[in-house]
Amino acid sequence: MTTKPKSHGFDTLSLHAGARPDPATGARATPIYQTSSFVFPDTDYAAALFNMERGGHVYSRLSNPTCAVLEERIAALEGGIGAIATASGQAALHLAIVTLLSAGSHIVSSRSLYGGSHNLLDYTLPRFGIETTFVDPRDLDAWRDAIRPDTRLLFGETLGNPGLEVLDVPRVAALAHEHGLPLLVDSTFTTPWLMRPFEHGADLVFHSATKFLSGHGVVIGGVLVDSGQFDWNAANVRERFPTLTTPYAGFHDMVFAEESTTGAFLLRARREGVRDFGACMAPMTAFQILQGIETLPVRMARHIDNARAIVAFLREHPFVARIAYPELPDHPDHVLAQRLLPRGCGAVFSFDLRGTREQGRRFIESLRLFSHLANVGDAKSLVIHPASTTHFRMSADDLARAGIGEGTIRLSIGLEDPADLVEDLGRALYAASKA
Amino acid sequence: MELEVAGQRVYAYTGTRAFSATKPTVLFVHGAAQDHGVFALQSRYFAWHGRNAVAVDLPAHGRSGGDALPQVEALADWLHGVLDALGIREADVVGHSMGALAALEYAARHPERVRRLALLGPAAPMPVSDDLLDAARRNDHVAYELINSWSFAAGSQLGGNRQPGLWMLGNAMRLIERTRPGVLYTDLAACNSYANGNAAAARVRCPTLVVIGARDIMAPPRNAKAMIAALADVRTVTLPETGHSLMAERPDEVLDELRSFLITPAT
Repeated sequence: MTTKPKSHGFDTLSLHAGARPDPATGARATPIYQTSSFVFPDTDYAAALFNMERGGHVYSRLSNPTCAVLEERIAALEGGIGAIATASGQAALHLAIVTLLSAGSHIVSSRSLYGGSHNLLDYTLPRFGIETTFVDPRDLDAWRDAIRPDTRLLFGETLGNPGLEVLDVPRVAALAHEHGLPLLVDSTFTTPWLMRPFEHGADLVFHSATKFLSGHGVVIGGVLVDSGQFDWNAANVRERFPTLTTPYAGFHDMVFAEESTTGAFLLRARREGVRDFGACMAPMTAFQILQGIETLPVRMARHIDNARAIVAFLREHPFVARIAYPELPDHPDHVLAQRLLPRGCGAVFSFDLRGTREQGRRFIESLRLFSHLANVGDAKSLVIHPASTTHFRMSADDLARAGIGEGTIRLSIGLEDPADLVEDLGRALYAASKA
Repeated sequence: MELEVAGQRVYAYTGTRAFSATKPTVLFVHGAAQDHGVFALQSRYFAWHGRNAVAVDLPAHGRSGGDALPQVEALADWLHGVLDALGIREADVVGHSMGALAALEYAARHPERVRRLALLGPAAPMPVSDDLLDAARRNDHVAYELINSWSFAAGSQLGGNRQPGLWMLGNAMRLIERTRPGVLYTDLAACNSYANGNAAAARVRCPTLVVIGARDIMAPPRNAKAMIAALADVRTVTLPETGHSLMAERPDEVLDELRSFLITPAT
């Protein structure tokens, strides 16, 4: 073989995928198409757009040129076939679920989840007839045992929040496929720079683009990406997913799996989920996320370097009882992380203080560079106390099972000089130890 | 809809419209390792504008059964069987790449059955590199990557899809990956061995539209010149900055050319 395939690398795609210089003005940056609607050249063209005979934009709830660039870019970086930009990461999770599941359906989910996702699955979706069984993400037998005849989806986070449990995507995906089910993963903590879940067997990926993808803590947004790998029409599968394999009265009896062998999920998600639920992304938001993605590779490398420096500092500190970071040999997923996350294990992690809840409060309030707020993946370093904030709706037992204690502190390491971050943490730890 | 051709089940996409033998029919024939979905936009348009759109899955492709056919001539005979199974006397036939060769050969063999012929991304000959053939024979993923890297013009390699949110290269890759083992090699070998293109073109009696991508590497425009010259009644359109994946890279332009060729004459 002398001929080699040519394809663009990750860094190039981060800057260019989905975008071309604006044909009208020559603008190099992706324009912000701040418009609700798009003029039709004639009535036949309009009808063709509405009826999926032509590609293009009708109304910015359904699609928008700026958002479309973001959708293509993240699909390219993930190795998928396409994506849908949503109002938030939660909207992306909701869109994935409601595109596939209806009342009477069941989800098997990792129990190590962002509190908002746990809330949606545990408290809200049951009101609409969708149940979830939560399992220890490390226990493959538990995943298997939880699958029921009405199960339609397996779900987990690539890195659990906040304990950084590493999801064994290849094994959970294989289990899902063995049962004719797709695997959805929340890849917010890892981004495609650290892990491309489709290469490990996941079928659908979503991100809170609010975090590392945009990277600067200025927008709320999400993206849902389809690998195009799952065969919705397979003999043992098609009856489980009637939203994709039977005529849809809401769109001229279209059978999405016939319309496109690979793109059925995204077609339904856009033609029903985005259209009817309406949780679309604003074009200004898409522009800001695109600006973030342009520097994703260089930012992630620095995030990882800084996170390693902070972990090394905390590990030696006498007032720190435990650090949950998979690069450490004592983390239960250390070996798995080396295989799935060779570039690093992200820049969000938690640790436990040797102290009381009051000392934890003093620690957080003594920090100066770290901002105390509910977010991660900002260029600036962040801190929060999960048990009283992001995960406060969970019961004490659920918190314990998710590895969250009263003294657990979650850090999101930013791009500051690492020595300054170490100094800030050292001072706050000293203050807490004396409280 | 489902048909039976040569004893095998055949799937054909009809744009969610019922087939009617009283309406004129446009038959869409996809290329190597593809399926009906590559014509989704264009076929749906015709289905909703007074035509039967019949976008078939060739044998062993997509949802159709049977084995992949090893020669373009066999594909042409198979198309004849499709029209018989549909119970129609004639059709407009639109083919892409290998499907264009099959359509060309069919129009030459059965000129009475083809009202108008549209060839998208054709070349005669359509040689396939030894490296690609070897990789396809081994079902090596490199074959898919080579096809993807050669099937899109440089601009399209970075996206910019008319269909919002779809990444063309990823979608094309996933479609090829779904092809059953051995089918890609059979298809490519059929293209590589087809030597009758120019002779077939000389026997075509119906008006013919040829749409070519100026940057096509899989079926270079220079390889279509002799075939085009042999066609008696031909209109040739070259789309600038376009590769071999015409329907994905330039869906509107392809549709507009097909519309003006197949509908505007109102024959």
